[in-house]
Amino acid sequence: MRDVAVIGIGCTPFGEHWGSSFRDLFIQAGALALEDAGLSGEQIDALYVGNMSAGRFIDQEHIGALIADYSGLATRHIPATRVEAACASGGLSFRQAVIAVASGMEDVVVAAGVEKMTDVGTGASVDMLAGAADREWEGFVGATFPGLYAMIATDYMHRYPLTREQLAMVAVKNHFNGARNPIAQFRQEITVETVLRSPLVADPLRLFDCSPITDGAAAVVVAPLERAREFTDRFVRVRASAQASDTISLHDRADISRLDASVAAGRWALSDAGLTHRDIDLVEVHDCFTIAEICAIEDLGFCRKGEAGRLTEEGVTALDGDLPVNTSGGLKACGHPVGATGIKQICEVVQQLRGEAGKRQVPDAEIGMTHNVGGTGATVAVHILEVV
Amino acid sequence: MVGILTYGVYIPRYRIRVGEIARVWGGNAEDITGGLGVYEKSVPDMDEDTATIAVEAARHALARRKVDPEEIGAVYVGSESHPYAVKPTACTVGEAIGATPHMTAADFEFACKAGTAGIQTCMGLVQSGIVPVGLAIGSDVAQGAPGDALEYTAAAGGAAFLIGNDDPIAVINRTCSFTTDTPDFWRREGQDYPRHGGRFTGDPGYFRHVQGAAKLLLSQVGTSPGDYTYAVFHQPNAKFPRRVAQLLGFSDAQIRPGLVVPRLGNTYSGSTMVGLAATLDVASAGDRIFVTSFGSGAGSDSFDIQVTDAIESPDLFLRAAAPTVEELLKDPVYLDYAQYAKHKGKIVMQR
Amino acid sequence: MSVARFWRKIPQRYNLIGTRCETCGTYFFPPRSFCPACRREGKIVEHRFQGRGKVVTYTVIRSASEQFERLTPYILAIVQLDEGPRFTAQVVAEPGEIQIGTQVRSVFRRIGADGESGVIHYGTKFVPVR
Repeated sequence: MRDVAVIGIGCTPFGEHWGSSFRDLFIQAGALALEDAGLSGEQIDALYVGNMSAGRFIDQEHIGALIADYSGLATRHIPATRVEAACASGGLSFRQAVIAVASGMEDVVVAAGVEKMTDVGTGASVDMLAGAADREWEGFVGATFPGLYAMIATDYMHRYPLTREQLAMVAVKNHFNGARNPIAQFRQEITVETVLRSPLVADPLRLFDCSPITDGAAAVVVAPLERAREFTDRFVRVRASAQASDTISLHDRADISRLDASVAAGRWALSDAGLTHRDIDLVEVHDCFTIAEICAIEDLGFCRKGEAGRLTEEGVTALDGDLPVNTSGGLKACGHPVGATGIKQICEVVQQLRGEAGKRQVPDAEIGMTHNVGGTGATVAVHILEVV
Repeated sequence: MVGILTYGVYIPRYRIRVGEIARVWGGNAEDITGGLGVYEKSVPDMDEDTATIAVEAARHALARRKVDPEEIGAVYVGSESHPYAVKPTACTVGEAIGATPHMTAADFEFACKAGTAGIQTCMGLVQSGIVPVGLAIGSDVAQGAPGDALEYTAAAGGAAFLIGNDDPIAVINRTCSFTTDTPDFWRREGQDYPRHGGRFTGDPGYFRHVQGAAKLLLSQVGTSPGDYTYAVFHQPNAKFPRRVAQLLGFSDAQIRPGLVVPRLGNTYSGSTMVGLAATLDVASAGDRIFVTSFGSGAGSDSFDIQVTDAIESPDLFLRAAAPTVEELLKDPVYLDYAQYAKHKGKIVMQR
Repeated sequence: MSVARFWRKIPQRYNLIGTRCETCGTYFFPPRSFCPACRREGKIVEHRFQGRGKVVTYTVIRSASEQFERLTPYILAIVQLDEGPRFTAQVVAEPGEIQIGTQVRSVFRRIGADGESGVIHYGTKFVPVR
């Protein structure tokens, strides 16, 4: 097994891109990544793309081939594969690319993620996103995605000392960070009051507890570490890649407030890397809803169950805290083009490790972690990257 | 002896007051309640319809008596608001109570007497030995056109009766009917709301047929009104059943337990059947009950019913295992007209 | 949802027909035909659930998909049946009436429909035991 490096990154702005189609978005992201890596298209050996539901959002399947084609790579006939695990599609796309390179099967691989969500109405979107959960036994009876995470929040707040204000502070922090991120959908800072005055979506979650519907694409290029310098000297090393699964429906979980797939993937990633929690300088977690960030911090093992709210309130997870969480602005402020998020998280950590994060820079960042979740926790991908 | 093995009722929790409907249409609440004798009517929840009401009523009936669902060989649901024009409510009910697949089924329509027609059909099947047990249900989420007089009384509810031979809680001694082609009230295919002949619905409609069937039954059985403990008549309002009782020679006291329309409204196919259920809720062994339904179009079914000891035998029948009509009428949730219109699908939505 | 797909699950949706592993005694609703604990050693039989249980967690859905828009706000809960399994269902009640631990019983309701002219989907919801 070879060591793997990330040699280039690219991310479109995230937002409602009425003028951009699905194809426009990934071409833009792919071009940025290749530019950043100093590569030309002919140098790519394989392509993975994470996408949750082009089939429903734009009635288009066969995304791997489509992307290869529109990236101008059809004539080279490279293997192109679409990877899907709902909101973890991006994280899994990255992991597949890492495995392809680590195994020696491929050398230069693009891992992309893309989602075009605004070509359908909001009501239709809500229904499509429910496909990340159990359609037969959750969606059919009226469960929405926010509704499922709201049930986690109800259970969590019944058992642990999390206040409604502390939960709101997760969104406030992420908006603060997002305001310093040029690609974020939302660039305005907010207050706890903004969150608490926003309309209820599914009690207790309000509009500002929820990540939005977004268009966007992101791409990274991975290569064997031993060859990285052929392309660039701004590369970072992939220290660990882990993935775990759990029951598709929330009602089948062992503990409603604990994502066991996060626990497993987090533990495997750290142990494969030979690292402890204290070694991690920053972490991008999957805050599809504020409560998801609370659970993620705990389930990844950074603190005990019930403590993440207090850590947030105390500023431990802020940009200038001991463990900055979601320096990018998270899903909440960046937006959540489903398949692209996992790749965007990689882009953020790489920027931080390169010292290129501008106003969001975590000083002396050397090791970063990403955490990408599908559905209510049925799939989790965790990656650890480090400065070489 | 063929009779009622068990019965069950379902009434939705929501109500709207006659006064609230009157407020919207510029009517005088006191005049209307004074004229109709109805104060409020039941309204279905957003996720309730004739089928869900029929299933709940049937399940309530089965809760009161140990009946093997596989013995139920016939299911008939009478309604004028079946959810499908084609695809029987009776099939959904049969499936939901575990009676499928060895059963016959059909939906009936005969305005407000579709349910009692089902009882007669079950009696025939049971008496002839074709099926051991039959289930007859009258269930409706009746519609009245906005602003029309019927809107004050068109209500939602249903009752289910299991008909069989073995230890009935009430024997049905005799049934007969009086039926003619009379256009007193109707709804054409594809129309949202029924229409009616105004005052024509009275004497040529209700009174002619109820009295026709009632007198025929009394003469066939050789009884007179005084021989009965209770009487139940179809109740589109409180005035008609009181008046027909008087005309036939039944007293106010006899019809009182079965007269639920003041607080429930007219549940159409459920009307007489819910009235009978309310009467059985208070009846004792030995009580004799006279029942006559009415359905526009028009016809009436009459029944001579005798309550047996079985009604008081807890190892056969446990009334407390399901809610009584009084219990279902209790603790309602009141709606205003806008909410009522939303519940009844009267607001035109984007298709 | 297509007609066949809905029809296939009618026994589950109308009558809470699930399964039980006779080998280890675990109940499953929604039904599983393969016991995760016993795997090939598991002997699976059909089981009809009583429909009584309690609320484990819940929310009030105020923004729903097109199918359910007219019902909002409605309560969605994870209900634990007395026999053990947990599953997701609507609870018909006023938002203030439900808490974690509220006892509920099953009722037959209309879940949705395939548009104005399509098949109606009936199924099970819950109400608080009053």
